[in-house]
Amino acid sequence: MEKTFNIEAQTPPLGDRGGKVITADKLTKKFGDFTAVDHISFEVNRGEIFGFLGANGAGKTTAMRMLSGLSMPTSGKATVAGFDVYKENEKIKRNIGYMSQKFSLYEDLTIRENIQFYAGIYGKSSKFIKDKTEVVLQQLHLQSEADKLVKSLPLGWKQKLAFSVAIFHEPKLVFLDEPTGGVDPVTRREFWQLIYQAAASGITVFVTTHYMDEAEYCSRVSIMVDGRIDALDTPSGLKRTFNASSMDEVFLKLARKAVRTE
Amino acid sequence: MSSVVVNNIIKTYGKKKEVTALHGVSFDVKQGELFGIIGPDGAGKTSLFRILTTLLLADEGTATVDGFDVVKDFKAIRKRVGYMPGRFSLYQDLTVQENLEFFATVFNTTIEENYDLVKEIYSQIEPFKDRRAGKLSGGMKQKLALSCALIHRPSVLFLDEPTTGVDAVSRKEFWEMLKRLKEQGITILVSTPYMDEAGMCDRVALMQSGKILSIDTPQGIVSTFGKKLLAAKSDNMLQLLNDLKLCTQVEDAYPFGEYHHAVMKNDGEAELKQFLQKKGYTFELKETAPNIEDCFMQLMKLKPSGEEHK
Repeated sequence: MEKTFNIEAQTPPLGDRGGKVITADKLTKKFGDFTAVDHISFEVNRGEIFGFLGANGAGKTTAMRMLSGLSMPTSGKATVAGFDVYKENEKIKRNIGYMSQKFSLYEDLTIRENIQFYAGIYGKSSKFIKDKTEVVLQQLHLQSEADKLVKSLPLGWKQKLAFSVAIFHEPKLVFLDEPTGGVDPVTRREFWQLIYQAAASGITVFVTTHYMDEAEYCSRVSIMVDGRIDALDTPSGLKRTFNASSMDEVFLKLARKAVRTE
Repeated sequence: MSSVVVNNIIKTYGKKKEVTALHGVSFDVKQGELFGIIGPDGAGKTSLFRILTTLLLADEGTATVDGFDVVKDFKAIRKRVGYMPGRFSLYQDLTVQENLEFFATVFNTTIEENYDLVKEIYSQIEPFKDRRAGKLSGGMKQKLALSCALIHRPSVLFLDEPTTGVDAVSRKEFWEMLKRLKEQGITILVSTPYMDEAGMCDRVALMQSGKILSIDTPQGIVSTFGKKLLAAKSDNMLQLLNDLKLCTQVEDAYPFGEYHHAVMKNDGEAELKQFLQKKGYTFELKETAPNIEDCFMQLMKLKPSGEEHK
């Protein structure tokens, strides 16, 4: 597939903090006595594919909700796409994309209608939407299916389309929450090719997954245990540090230390 | 002796039968076997389980569970199977203990009578027995659902994607639990989208778009791969993947975790090495053993469904 769009994203976005798309400093979220996210500090660079791993209940979802402007932190600092998570959370929402396995597209709208709907929400002009819709349809080889209902598409195609819709408005950063769950192995790899293309065009990718082979495809990986980030490095760096032959082994070594069970 | 026999089951959905979920599926499961049905979403796993647990009627074909026909003898089957659906389906407003008591009572038994069977699993959530099921964490819900599916001592247990969305550590623990249940003589059918779980089963059926691609032991499936498989790695993995695809000796190349896998047409290792050396970067190339995922992809490409991959 050819990379045919996203030229805008090549120039450093306004408010980009020295190439850092996410900065988090002791970011914390408490629910009553329970500390879901416990003083996490990390940075994500522009164009990086950042793997965000952790066992169920380690605090990943809560952390992602804070970073996407949906949940107020209890304490600590963070900026996303150059905006403050406390004061500028509405601006954050406009500058990110989001896709999950569970929520993606409207089944009873056509492919074209879904694209128009989401791009419209992000305030894109009719011309932009019209031109780019053709590019995306071509890229996904879906030109002849454009006016079919999304529910008629096989799951793998839905997921690839959902990803293209999530980055249609050319966000600085896209959050992918288990994007490949339940997807067949061939489509899973095609999906990662789309992720690589997006990253190469300057979109930063923040991704969670339960497939440990996918952790290997990330530029850097963080592993959350009991609300903390217990490890953060390149996949090869992590394997070296934990004297492990695979990311699966690294994950098991770290996650088995967990005290809390969700 | 076969515990489950499935013979040419066809299932369609829609007014005009426009969606075919199962295209004539046949297999059998031996008594006491841990049998895995492995495939992505849309493979037909849930339709198959619902037919075998008498909750759905097939369009064509026959099936028996424990010797009973899934249509004529549905009442007998319901008494002797345990079913854990993919979606959590216990009573959210009942406590942990009330849920288990409810299921025991429905099957005319008591927790005490079969406690030994569920003890290992249930004891882990027993400290929370007064908590409402809706307030449990994902892992605890899963353990309660399994306890409820077991409390009437079923002879066949159907588990529909018990590990989907579950992290790697909990998945391993769940499979260890299943291995111990198998020792009690229960036949277990379990479906999963995770290829790496195949190795935990006695035999597996690989499924895709309503068809079975292959049925065998995990070792048996791997032994049918029949091609030389190489693993390659370099500093520029994207470039390497493109180069692998360009080499005429390579039939197929795809990312596989830390390495790329290259399925060779013939031997061709020396030629590939030469080919890559000319590209002028350092790389590592070694022979590797195929696993279930390599086999699944090979089978998918051999038998394209016409739907998933245009």
